[in-house]
Amino acid sequence: MCGIISVIDRKKNPMDGSAIKESLSIMNERGNGEGSGYAVYGAFPEFADYYAIHVFYDDLIGPKTAVEEELEKLGTVKHQEEIPTFEQPNLKKRHIPWRYFFKPNVMALGTSVSEEDILVYLMTKVNTTIPGALIYSTGKNIAVFKAAGWPEEVADFYRIQDYEGYIWLSHNRYPTNTAGWWGGAHPFNLLDWTVVHNGEITSYGTNKRYLESFGYVCTMHTDTEVVAYLTDLLQRQHNLPAELAFKALAPPFWDDIDRMPEKERTFNTALRMAYGPAMMNGPFAIVVANSEGIAGITDRIKLRPLVAAEAGDRLYLSSEEAAIRVAEPALDRVWMPRAGEPVIGRIE
Amino acid sequence: MPIGSVPPKYKVTIDNDLCMLCERCIENCPYGTFRREGNKIMTFSRACTGCHRCVAMCPRDAIDIEEKPVDYRTHPVWTREAREAIYNQAQSGKIILTGMGNTLNVPPIFDRLLLDACQVTNPSIDPLREPMELRTYIGKKPRQISVKKTAEGDIDLATQLAPNLKCETPIMIGHMSYGAISLNAQRSMARGAAEEGTFMGTGEGGLHKSLYPYQDNMIVQIASGRFGVDIDYLERGAAIEIKIGQGAKPGIGGHLPGEKVDEKVSKTRMIPLYSDAISPAPHHDIYSIEDLSQLVRSLKEATEWKKPVFVKIAAVHNVAAIAAGIARSSADAVVIDGFRGGTGSAPRVFRDHVGIPIEAAIAAVDQKLNKQGIRNEVSIIASGGIRDSADVTKAIALGADSVYIGTAALVSLGCRVCGSCYRNMCPWGIATQREDLTARIDPDIMYKNVSNLIHGWTLEIAELMGAAGINSIESLRGNRDRLRGYMLDENILSVLDVKTVGAGAE
Ligand code: SF4
Ligand code: SF4
Repeated sequence: MCGIISVIDRKKNPMDGSAIKESLSIMNERGNGEGSGYAVYGAFPEFADYYAIHVFYDDLIGPKTAVEEELEKLGTVKHQEEIPTFEQPNLKKRHIPWRYFFKPNVMALGTSVSEEDILVYLMTKVNTTIPGALIYSTGKNIAVFKAAGWPEEVADFYRIQDYEGYIWLSHNRYPTNTAGWWGGAHPFNLLDWTVVHNGEITSYGTNKRYLESFGYVCTMHTDTEVVAYLTDLLQRQHNLPAELAFKALAPPFWDDIDRMPEKERTFNTALRMAYGPAMMNGPFAIVVANSEGIAGITDRIKLRPLVAAEAGDRLYLSSEEAAIRVAEPALDRVWMPRAGEPVIGRIE
Repeated sequence: MPIGSVPPKYKVTIDNDLCMLCERCIENCPYGTFRREGNKIMTFSRACTGCHRCVAMCPRDAIDIEEKPVDYRTHPVWTREAREAIYNQAQSGKIILTGMGNTLNVPPIFDRLLLDACQVTNPSIDPLREPMELRTYIGKKPRQISVKKTAEGDIDLATQLAPNLKCETPIMIGHMSYGAISLNAQRSMARGAAEEGTFMGTGEGGLHKSLYPYQDNMIVQIASGRFGVDIDYLERGAAIEIKIGQGAKPGIGGHLPGEKVDEKVSKTRMIPLYSDAISPAPHHDIYSIEDLSQLVRSLKEATEWKKPVFVKIAAVHNVAAIAAGIARSSADAVVIDGFRGGTGSAPRVFRDHVGIPIEAAIAAVDQKLNKQGIRNEVSIIASGGIRDSADVTKAIALGADSVYIGTAALVSLGCRVCGSCYRNMCPWGIATQREDLTARIDPDIMYKNVSNLIHGWTLEIAELMGAAGINSIESLRGNRDRLRGYMLDENILSVLDVKTVGAGAE
């Protein structure tokens, strides 16, 4: 189960969160009130050059002090605030959501590394060693809102209609294999990457081990996390263009590869041989975003639904056409992407 | 002081009402268990090894072979085997030899690992309707793929791939040398493997001419004795394997008795007729990991870097660190052979008491290579006690890329695991060079048994994968999430990195 919907405005015109809330809520059949969330790109124009670090605190004494000690060691905090929340009848505040706008010091780890590496280091350190603190988003100009609750409740809890951006992703969760908890709600974010996912990744054990061999640590107790890390590994660290990175995650079948013309065959064989442990198995439909665009992909035999639609400058990706039509009744084009074939929408 | 004889292990009886005196049992038992006296077949049970050839060949089902109950005083500690070994050695003063795998009663870990299946939230995949991919590439993989943009805006591959073996199934046949087993057995297995798009090892006995047609599906082995090794041999193999150790006898070399070295064996091995073929415990040019690395590289150089080079070791206590060293020696795959591995001949004390189970070895090696960030760059081939498709599937879920089978392939040719391989009299024509016996295998017919076996297991693995919602073998490899331990203690679970039954996902 689970419902996802995502939209990009290719001209970067801002959209507020009200439409996405309505769209997601229509898919309540696909959730059970144990987790929903939203992410928006372009949310913090005034801090666009800073990494927006989102943290769930269990209390503001021990964990917060410990996290801030780490932040101090690794860079400077430009601004921090409690994320405003408005309690709902059924949604009690389980953690205190906090955000920092942070500039890393590239020399903080002794030798010069990239800013991104410092953020990955920070997130891993906090999530594995500081109980009561969980960093769940680290992207520039990206806001993530999530909690254990129904889509409307979570939207109202954070008042997402007050935020604006050019990409929205959202997720309505029906957890089956892991507990519904705040950290486990989607979207998952790492740096510029955000992921929403409907499905189950049966290759999780393999993917997780593969990521560990590159230093990633999975701490969210859910399979979706690996998608964000795999995307980061393939696209940021290994510099693969998005199309190829997605091909590595959901590659063509060997039978199809065998029938390709030589150059393409060599390419696809190499990709599959090198990234076998990164390929994802099981039923899934995922949408991955970065500040440049969004991409939706399903598993290789399309065991989960995904619909794409265009209306003017906007591209929608969702589990259901009905959800798209709530936001945009008149669409220019609606189609069902083929299994394993990514649909990519980029800003112009 | 004479000790006297030990009681026979088997009791062979003939039902004279059924027997039609065709004498096939006499012909078929090379150990001389049967003889005819007038209108009766008499038996000499003491000679029987329990190979069941006579039973299989008797047209009237007139022969009965029973394991003879111990007629020593029963004792929980001083078992029959313990006592007989002493009688035997008190008389001979020698090392006790034996064939096939470990006979100690320790339960295989494989039997205490349970596989997963999907229900409701996650659909099983039906291999009859959906593609299932078991193709496995064995060899070095690049850490990452680099691409470059062409002037026309196309994307080109910038990474050059190292040569890999392309196997259509993760099941290969391990190394059993010509000499240890018959040429007909080798030919049956080579053709069976080729038929299924997979590979077979030559063992350390060289490559006989009649196997040349299958050379593209053969992995040539180099052991310390260097038997049969020349540049032609290296060039014929699809891959080259350096054998450092073997699961059935870690830490010691090999010994093929002179009586098995007939003319054809002597030519293939490039050694004098009827001479003992002794491969020493160490390679005399390898005393360190650097030396190994040099040998790996010189073999690659000799074959123009066109062939993957594997290194085989026995699963021993420190196997993970050793495998990590091998992985960094330019080798393309590490072969790990567990303590249940079979053998033509080994000292009993080694076979039963040295080494560790393959299950633990795979997990430890996979874990170590993963920690060092190089797991995906080198392949792991596991062997030693793989009995069925479930064992293969579990081995892969623990972290192997593929497995070698040995005993299982021999069993598909009729072997009854009687454990008398070292005597050169194998009644099934397998572990022998006696022509009257080797003629019992017709490779043009028996290859089908081997290919059927691999085919059947491959279908079963596909079903097991489908049930777990996985349609490609890459997603099973190292996927310990798909395993749970049953009646295993915490220490073993932690080495295996597997959760206990009843535990959910994270
Ligand atoms: S050794 Fe084999 S053939 Fe001979 S009697 Fe025993 S079982 Fe029969
Ligand atoms: S190969 Fe022959 S001698 Fe060896 S165990 Fe099998 S049947 Fe017995």
